[in-house]
Amino acid sequence: MGAISSGLPRTLTGWGRTASTVAKLVTPTSTDEIAEAVRTRSGRGVLARGLGRSYGDAAQNAGGLVLDLCGLDELHSVDPDTGVIDVDAGASLDALIRRLLPLGLFVPVTPGTRQVTVGGAIAADIHGKNHHVQGSFGNHVQSLDLLCADGTVRTIGPDREPELFWCTVGGMGLTGIVLRARIRMMPVETAYCVVDTERADNLDDLMARLAEDDHRYTYSVAWFDAVATGARLGRAVLTRGWNATRDQLPQRLRGAPLKFTAKERLSAPPVFPNGLLNRATIGVFNELWFRKAPRERRGEIQTISQFFHPLDALRDWNRVYGPRGFVQYQFVAPFGAEETLRRCVERISSSPHVSFLNVLKRFGDGNPAPLSFPAPGWTLAVDMPAAPGLGQLLDELDEWIADAGGRLYLAKDSRMTSAVLRRMYPRLDEWSRIRHSVDPDGVFTSDLSRRLTL
Amino acid sequence: MIDAVGNPQSVLLLGGTSDIGLAIVQRYARQRPLRVVLAARPSARLEAAAERLMTLGCTVHSVPFDARDPNGHQTVVDKAFAHGDIDLAVVAFGVLGDQERAWQDVQVARELAEVNYVAPVSLGVLLAERMRAQGHGSIVALSSVAGERVRRSNFVYGSGKAGMDGFFLGLGEALRPHGVRVCVVRPGFVRTKMTDGLDAAPLSVTAEDVATAVVEGVRAGKELVWVPGPLRWVMSALRHVPRALFRRLPM
Repeated sequence: MGAISSGLPRTLTGWGRTASTVAKLVTPTSTDEIAEAVRTRSGRGVLARGLGRSYGDAAQNAGGLVLDLCGLDELHSVDPDTGVIDVDAGASLDALIRRLLPLGLFVPVTPGTRQVTVGGAIAADIHGKNHHVQGSFGNHVQSLDLLCADGTVRTIGPDREPELFWCTVGGMGLTGIVLRARIRMMPVETAYCVVDTERADNLDDLMARLAEDDHRYTYSVAWFDAVATGARLGRAVLTRGWNATRDQLPQRLRGAPLKFTAKERLSAPPVFPNGLLNRATIGVFNELWFRKAPRERRGEIQTISQFFHPLDALRDWNRVYGPRGFVQYQFVAPFGAEETLRRCVERISSSPHVSFLNVLKRFGDGNPAPLSFPAPGWTLAVDMPAAPGLGQLLDELDEWIADAGGRLYLAKDSRMTSAVLRRMYPRLDEWSRIRHSVDPDGVFTSDLSRRLTL
Repeated sequence: MIDAVGNPQSVLLLGGTSDIGLAIVQRYARQRPLRVVLAARPSARLEAAAERLMTLGCTVHSVPFDARDPNGHQTVVDKAFAHGDIDLAVVAFGVLGDQERAWQDVQVARELAEVNYVAPVSLGVLLAERMRAQGHGSIVALSSVAGERVRRSNFVYGSGKAGMDGFFLGLGEALRPHGVRVCVVRPGFVRTKMTDGLDAAPLSVTAEDVATAVVEGVRAGKELVWVPGPLRWVMSALRHVPRALFRRLPM
């Protein structure tokens, strides 16, 4: 009761800072308050929100209720034998890493930032650089507690109501509210990685290198240049590695091999104008980045934060795109559709829209979740300032990707259409049927679900 | 929802046969088909407009709407929102009328004031209420340069536009914390059915030019759009021209 009445109208956006809407934001301090909020919601529904790292409108609910679950972040238990933890959905991966690394446990899947919650990681079924080996986040969830629309809490998992479990994994928070989860962590000997870095001269070279020996690495990703054209199109820096064993560390680090270090987080001031990131500035940056990388370097020791989360060193880096915000576009094109991937990269680099952070990676097998994004193939992520004409460019790419049997990542999407989504996720009907069975009135709703009529 | 690159999924056009209003809706429809509510007096023109939008892939509903009937406004808005959220509402109705009759005939003057000022205010309040509850949405209000500095040749029309212009600018401020944006559009001379037979003024534009500027303005979240853009500078100069000189200018 108290929690509901104290809810204040708040303007919310995703990490891309586009398409803001206003919702009543409530910060529950107990699961009872969450249940109370769901019970007394208005006609425009309710949605859980974590750290707001979805790029688009997935964690917004215009005119409705949004529950900020970051306050519920208790780590209930850690089983040192099995590595299984029992944790509240509001806990961040950052907190888990800081707490568990000293015990020799690491998150099985980490995206490019530690600033995501467990609930968000499940809802978006996030992936990391090790997808080709370890799969996505949902693969490591043993069970979770889901608060459903009827007020009941169900404990579900791959062997307990598996249909609802897999619809919740990747279900974008639309099946209910994940309250807590049991997750299998990964044993590690150190807080470091052994990293091989190499450069690729162009897109073909890059894809050949990734295809050739990705399977040797636990972690693999490539940054590529989407501004350089012609023979240098897609020139790239590959960084691939493994968790370091204690023996691999230099002597000076062996004393405290599990010590987690992350640089002090600097905050980007909110003064960046629109258009700061343009062809000229990004071109210069790319040139420097490419040249700074060694042509080839093997076996470098990097900290976990250096290797996995370089952008976390700069808090609010999304501000550099200016007040208009930016669109992150990530798709996967199946193996065999390399031509489509190449066409997309060429189309982007020949367009007036410039992409700054471009990432290419190979996915391994997907999991049983109908809306989970990763599927065997090439995944490419680009981000571009929300400038005039961007919508038409991306609509064009959508068609090519759907034609090739590929799909877009819902956690990053902010502009696709319902029709395109249906082509890209052929198992959507199956998901809708199960979601309808637990939430017939659409209590759990978001701007994304309105936009895509999910 | 209006997405990250400015595509709305539903549009309400108040003044469903307005040339500029229809140009805006068609401009959106050519990017992506959308749900359209046309609010206007029933007419063959309205049916033709609905037909054209349907061939562009839109779903179209028509709602009978008479700006001069303030008691009917609530019903119009209720019906318009009956099929779901309205992402974008375009306030596009208005009448120019016979300007010389207008300041000498109280009936004509009153009607112009009602259509050009009272009705936009009334609908603005009703739209604001709905969109606040939605937590999102944009309102486009078609004002006119005629309202920026009211001049002798069309001051009854111009004063109505000046009033509605100020109202919607203020409404935009009031709605900012509620997730709703208001974009006031000040076109110069637009060649449409409203200005049919008048001599085109300098910097005149077409309804399509206005539509292009509006689509871009809404996407970028602008609060005020001049069409054509340079008119802003022309009008800020004209605003400060001494009255004795202003009245001699050929416009």
